[in-house]
Amino acid sequence: MYEAIIVGGGPAGMAAAVYAARKMLKSLLITKDIGGQVNQTAAVENYMGYQFIQGPELMAKFEEQMRRFPIDIQTGKVVRSVSSSGKGFEVTTDQGDVYHGKAVIIATGKRSRQLNVPGEKALVGRGVTYCAICDGPLFQQMTVAVIGGGNSALEAVNDVIKYAEQVYLVSLTPLTADSILIEKARNAPNLTVLTEYQTLEIIGADRVQGIKVKSLKTQEAKVLAVQGVFVEIGLVPNSDLVRGLAPLNEAGEVVVNCANETGVPGLYAAGDVTAVPEKQIVVAAGEGSKALLQADRYLQRLRS
Amino acid sequence: MAAKQVKVYSTPTCPWCLKTKKFLGDNKVAFENFDVASDKQAREEMVKKSGQLVVPQVEIDGDLKIGYDEGWLRQKLDLTS
Repeated sequence: MYEAIIVGGGPAGMAAAVYAARKMLKSLLITKDIGGQVNQTAAVENYMGYQFIQGPELMAKFEEQMRRFPIDIQTGKVVRSVSSSGKGFEVTTDQGDVYHGKAVIIATGKRSRQLNVPGEKALVGRGVTYCAICDGPLFQQMTVAVIGGGNSALEAVNDVIKYAEQVYLVSLTPLTADSILIEKARNAPNLTVLTEYQTLEIIGADRVQGIKVKSLKTQEAKVLAVQGVFVEIGLVPNSDLVRGLAPLNEAGEVVVNCANETGVPGLYAAGDVTAVPEKQIVVAAGEGSKALLQADRYLQRLRS
Repeated sequence: MAAKQVKVYSTPTCPWCLKTKKFLGDNKVAFENFDVASDKQAREEMVKKSGQLVVPQVEIDGDLKIGYDEGWLRQKLDLTS
């Protein structure tokens, strides 16, 4: 039986792990991977102490710091469910491993949102991608569509426009990205912007051949011939593991109070998976620390 | 035990590719890296094998895995966590 089990290995989880080690709690960090979403962040310029650092490099530094302490770390494991069991919690992975902890900290972050249109699932990796910075260079001299209108969509446009022959930006709403990103994109001669267009379908048998879009103003539908689709429409929380146990908001985020308590004694949550506003590395790290310190107080009360 | 044949198909900008290569390096696993952003032939070979236009792709003794999957890597390479 562990005193604290931390689920998730992003900034929130790793910060919690360091605090757990400093409180000398018998603890386990269990995660699919180290670094989480930050691994897909090219440049970080707002984490204090670093004027500029690449996302994966910052996470490597977090990991190095965490591994200096004697804490059990299980990577490559996805936690499927967390349930109450007697005096603590039972944490079950996809592979069927079961761990027991007196307190649990959920720090599982978020993942890319899917369009949920016909053709999308079948064509993932066959032209549909959720990581422009990863797969962008594979679409050289092709025509591609970027779906979305926020910062991540415009960043994807500015990235793929260097490789692609022609880029369509398809947004359900007027563009909401920062002006500086929109200006940069608009100067590109090979970009066509379609705002207030809904993406209805991704077309193709074993490779993307086009997308069907509809104008929300005229209701007119048309097919764009593209070989790649970059979906950049935001994120959803990885909260399924506590669905039914902890309260979630409409967006599926775990609702916590300012002490990171979920309302279930001993169950805490921190970082992007929570309803706490502002999804930032520095906020997640702070919340992870806070959650662990609260869990430590809870464990002290159990002992007394 | 004979060394396993490990191929990594990657691009220079992809963070998960960096993670994959770092993981292999940290575990002292020798591997051949193909930069599919610049190497058109390798890109075509990768797509022919998996049908997928996605990086990273890792091939270990003929078995192909799409994406960075530390659990799979550990299992295929007989590494304990």
